[in-house]
Amino acid sequence: MSIFDTFLNWKVFVQTLPLLLSGLTTTLTLGVTAIILGFVGGLALALVRLYASPPFRQLSIAYIDVFRSIPILVLLVVIYYALPFVGLRLSPFGAAASALSLVSAAYSAEIFRAGIEAVPKGQFEAAYALGLSPWRLMGDVVLPQALKIVIPPITSNSINVMKDTALASVVAMPDLLKQATQAQALAANPTPLISAAFIYILILLPLVRLVGVFEKRLAGRGR
Amino acid sequence: MTQPIIQMKGVVKSFGCFQALHGVDLSVTEGEIVVIIGPSGSGKSTLIRCINQLEEHNGGDIVVDGIAVGKGRRRAAQAEVGMVFQSFNLFPHMTVLRNVALGPVRVRNLSWAEAETRAKRLLARVGLEDHIAKYPGQLSGGQQQRVGIARALAMEPKVLLFDEPTSALDPEMVGEVLDVMQQLAKTGVTMVVVTHEMGFARKVADRVVFMDGGRIVEEGRPDEIFNAPRDPRLRSFLQAVLSH
Repeated sequence: MSIFDTFLNWKVFVQTLPLLLSGLTTTLTLGVTAIILGFVGGLALALVRLYASPPFRQLSIAYIDVFRSIPILVLLVVIYYALPFVGLRLSPFGAAASALSLVSAAYSAEIFRAGIEAVPKGQFEAAYALGLSPWRLMGDVVLPQALKIVIPPITSNSINVMKDTALASVVAMPDLLKQATQAQALAANPTPLISAAFIYILILLPLVRLVGVFEKRLAGRGR
Repeated sequence: MTQPIIQMKGVVKSFGCFQALHGVDLSVTEGEIVVIIGPSGSGKSTLIRCINQLEEHNGGDIVVDGIAVGKGRRRAAQAEVGMVFQSFNLFPHMTVLRNVALGPVRVRNLSWAEAETRAKRLLARVGLEDHIAKYPGQLSGGQQQRVGIARALAMEPKVLLFDEPTSALDPEMVGEVLDVMQQLAKTGVTMVVVTHEMGFARKVADRVVFMDGGRIVEEGRPDEIFNAPRDPRLRSFLQAVLSH
């Protein structure tokens, strides 16, 4: 048997492609959901951490530290298999989206904090001197500049979230990896797994390149 | 005598264990041009930053336009007091026009159209009518500082503070900014200016205040301060800055 029959079997590939594509749709939906929730949650956490009153600030710091320490796989298993014992039963998608967003929010929060802190102090002063409210100061002056600064690390984090969606196969979510293993069993051939690997690379490699481009552009502007 | 627009009594400010202001008294009347001079570290900038509460004073009273400013009363004063910064601090992600129009829209509740009309008028006044669509990064330092002045003016503040407005400029651009400030002084706006430009102080100021070591050492009309300084510290300061 040649390597083509085993790993790159065209017939098996064509047969299992619909299954793989349905898995890809699930993976993308899960990834995008977690990225968006993580983005919003992270921004909120960063603002609380920087500007809320001390007890809330401490809570935010505790959240960020805990969720950066826990392995996503462990969190996912806890959410999916342990929470039902207290009556909270989530679908595989719900569990996976929760685990990924909770962790992504913690990482995003640190990225946003760094971005906000990188905005020069004079910008805050100029906004105060105009009499802008704290919300206007953030929305009009600080965040537009901070977001530009955090584009590369946030994209990088999004790539990680997209990759971590593969963990969802553990809780029987029909994502790309799960469908590929399923297809492998059905076809008794590992081609679907190889195909899945290529699909992951095909989708994420451009994003990885993009981070490099963003970083270069940001460095090129000098500030 | 006209109403004092700024009244500072025994103002104290410390940063940790370093005391920047040791009980400063200063009052500024409406329409007055006060220029504050003194060596670096003498507390000049801290003093005017207390007026609009970019620094919170630790002791004494500051009353701006009848409002006692301080803890929790920060924004009340800020909208009535305009500030021009040494490093311009324009918003780099907005056009020049938007930089100037932002405050009136967000704080004075003007519509964008109204605010932009006002902004265009002010930008024309500082000689930048051809640059309204540019971003700050495309302008020279002198042009940026003139935008900074227009931005402060757009709020129609009762007082304009200048914190070393020409210190970050290349020498050939100092003149254009000082010209704008001199024009402004003629319009009756109240100005408090921290500067090392002695020529400007002499020509434009109604009153010159000399600070050293966190205290006001001497104040008076420009001719008194420059021609007949009494305090030895002022004399040596003037000698140092005017001998070149």
